[in-house]
Amino acid sequence: MAVEQPMRTPVTSSGDQTRIHNIGYRTYDGPRLGRSYATRSLYSQSLRGAYGLGRSVKSKVLPMLLFVVMCVPAAIMVAVAVATKAKDLPVDYTRYAIIMQAVISLYVASQAPQSVSRDLRFKTVPLYFSRPIETADYVRAKFAALASALFILTAAPLLVLYVGALLAKLDFADQTKGFAQGLVSVALLSLLFAGIGLVIASVTPRRGFGIAAVIAVMTISYGAVSTLQAIADAQSLGDGGGSSAAIAWIGLFSPITLIDGLQSAFLGASSAFPGGVGPGNGEGLVYLLAVLGLIAASYGLLMRRYKKVGL
Amino acid sequence: MYDPTVARLTYRALLGRRRALILGALPLLLIVIAVAVRGLAGADDQTASDLLGGLALATMVPIIGVIAGTGAIGPEIDDGSVVYLLSKPVKRPTIIFTKLIVAIAVTMVFSALPTFIAGFILNGNGQQIAVAYTVAALVASIAYAAIFLLLGTVSRHAVVFGLVYALVWEALFGSLVEGARTLSVQQWSLAVAQKVAGGDMVTSDVALPTATVLLTVVTVLATWYAGQKLRSLTLAGEE
Repeated sequence: MAVEQPMRTPVTSSGDQTRIHNIGYRTYDGPRLGRSYATRSLYSQSLRGAYGLGRSVKSKVLPMLLFVVMCVPAAIMVAVAVATKAKDLPVDYTRYAIIMQAVISLYVASQAPQSVSRDLRFKTVPLYFSRPIETADYVRAKFAALASALFILTAAPLLVLYVGALLAKLDFADQTKGFAQGLVSVALLSLLFAGIGLVIASVTPRRGFGIAAVIAVMTISYGAVSTLQAIADAQSLGDGGGSSAAIAWIGLFSPITLIDGLQSAFLGASSAFPGGVGPGNGEGLVYLLAVLGLIAASYGLLMRRYKKVGL
Repeated sequence: MYDPTVARLTYRALLGRRRALILGALPLLLIVIAVAVRGLAGADDQTASDLLGGLALATMVPIIGVIAGTGAIGPEIDDGSVVYLLSKPVKRPTIIFTKLIVAIAVTMVFSALPTFIAGFILNGNGQQIAVAYTVAALVASIAYAAIFLLLGTVSRHAVVFGLVYALVWEALFGSLVEGARTLSVQQWSLAVAQKVAGGDMVTSDVALPTATVLLTVVTVLATWYAGQKLRSLTLAGEE
């Protein structure tokens, strides 16, 4: 106060010379596009980002490469089926994602941290929330974007198979039914994997660490489950099939076997479990509840994670 | 060649809060599964071999190798704090060598030790299976740490490429294409394990001399090249 006092005196003395110039700033009076528009923008930007579109060339390499790796085997199968005039495709629609699960896991592991960890690391999350969007909008946009990216990744090879099957003049009704079942299965798979990947990635601002954590959860759980199932299968050969129920219950503990069990119970798929015995309808219901529960739980956890805007 | 201060800093970076959590969770899971299998199925040499080979050596050792190997140098290069380390009067090959020692030690402690414990739980070291797989894990730790440390200095996406090698090349191509197995750290370490076990429970597709030579060459080359890479390191901006 005492310091400001001498400064104020010359101002008041030369008060008649000061004036405010109008230098032409104008207020914004265009349309305000609002919350849903911002959410849609965040969704499309995240979806494009998941394939490296709108980002540097370097970050396009991996998602595009994985996409090609997903589709090439399907194209080869179709080519073989057309050339040999086969009666059926070499692989079921529902089985394809199970076979290519390593690629899908790698895609989730690389793109989930890309989607959320960078926002945390560069502290852009508070900037998002200074716009009209709210926590739920951010979570829904990111969740939907990654799930859509995964759906594109997993459904594209199925489309290749389907078109190829029609070109090879396989039975139309049969193929369409299989294709539809495959689409339902990969849609559930996309939601499940996107949820798990995002929950893990949203915990850490470090991208590399997020990748390792996601892949560890995906592969180690699958490795553990399939090893235990193989052991249970070997046991059941000894005791006359008593442990085949155990195989189905063990399958509940890894994401990919969850999808496998679910589709063999309800979507007419043949199971990839050892012994080829999937869960029956009763156990299948548990699988369905587990899948839906996990998706809901990951959504809830994400909402909780972003309740506090800061880090 | 070994700098205690760099080693101490690397240990702290590697075993800092959350990293230690994931590093500790994987071995714990292996031991829990071993206990469960022993309880359900009893002691069986084939089961023990399947579990240690399929879960411990094929998935756990590479993943811990990736976390430790790239984690020893990757984050520092990523956030630019490696500049403070490089500006000290410490030879860059020395930095790499020290970080390699730390990465190897961490990988060994978190992968070979639990393998050994799990092996003993599963069948009490029958047919030398526990010891054989522990030796394999020890050998693999050295090679994985060297390879992934090199990846950490070469690429900003080291973790992804490390995982692509470990999961897609070794697991997927290794099971489909015979030739890919000759170029796989897992098979090289299995060759050493085969020699230790002596029986027919542990088998490898690579002969022991080839495996030993390849292991040594890969480890030494990767370490040397990582040192060279660090000498001419340019800090990349954010993408």
